[in-house]
Amino acid sequence: MKIYDVDISVPMFLGTAQYPSPAILHQAIRASDCEVVTVSLRRETADGTGAGFWDMLRATGAHILPNTAGCHSVQEAVTTAQMARELFATDWIKLEVIGHADNLQPDVFALVEAARILTTDGFKVFPYMTDDLIVGEKLLEAGCEVLMPWGAPIGSGQGLRTPDALRTMRAHFPDVPLIVDAGIGRPSDAIQAMELGMDAILLNTAVAKAGDPVGMARAMALAVEAGRAGFISDPIDRRDVAVPSTPVLGLAELM
Amino acid sequence: MHITVNAKAHEVSAETLDAALVELGFISPAIATALNGQFVPASARSVTVLNIGDRLEVLAPMQGG
Repeated sequence: MKIYDVDISVPMFLGTAQYPSPAILHQAIRASDCEVVTVSLRRETADGTGAGFWDMLRATGAHILPNTAGCHSVQEAVTTAQMARELFATDWIKLEVIGHADNLQPDVFALVEAARILTTDGFKVFPYMTDDLIVGEKLLEAGCEVLMPWGAPIGSGQGLRTPDALRTMRAHFPDVPLIVDAGIGRPSDAIQAMELGMDAILLNTAVAKAGDPVGMARAMALAVEAGRAGFISDPIDRRDVAVPSTPVLGLAELM
Repeated sequence: MHITVNAKAHEVSAETLDAALVELGFISPAIATALNGQFVPASARSVTVLNIGDRLEVLAPMQGG
């Protein structure tokens, strides 16, 4: 998969929040072999606590994808993106403009507006969006080269609530990288996303809050690999009736 | 002068943003700044003059999803 001219071989982006410890986060990144990790910005204390985390993350060698999590307006998201670009030395930005505090649903109107401002300013925008085709088209028109539809609300672990919509997006945008962002709870969800033809998944809570985050990171990596292999191997169509797999021809008469 | 730093009231004698950061103890290079909701690049901090009532945000890398 190539996104903004960067080759990504492992179709799994991993969030860095909520792990039991920085060491377990580091092990989870290693266990999944993921090449892209998401980060955020928050208020600094005068003791410089943010610097240690940043140093650890850089040591992993992963691509850094800063987010605008928590932003509810175009201005907040744009300013946060500008701060992130300087801080993390990357023009990648996972653009979140939240429209509803309860389900963290993106405000797609503000999202498109912010995306247009940021792409014009040279950002490479990864938009967190609903699974709406028209929103996808508007984001592409705004200069985005990747789309990140949600599978379910952030942190809910519900899996893919509207797989048909994702399937439709795949058909409608055959050449656009599609990454399911949010809602993945279990490896089976990851497999389903990849079998639908998604190019990657982005997840955080499902790994970080698992009983064994490192084990779950590995399980998710195996799942996306299996799902991707399944998709490109062209699965059979489902049928309503049984079809014997063992040849009938040559069956003995033993009654 | 009175300014607000990360939502807390502060009194600073510095007149420019870069001097105020030192005065406030923000010595880490891994910070980004915004004044009254507008991004201020590190290169512009020394020429950014503070005014009474300014709202300064000082952000740092943090875990995120």
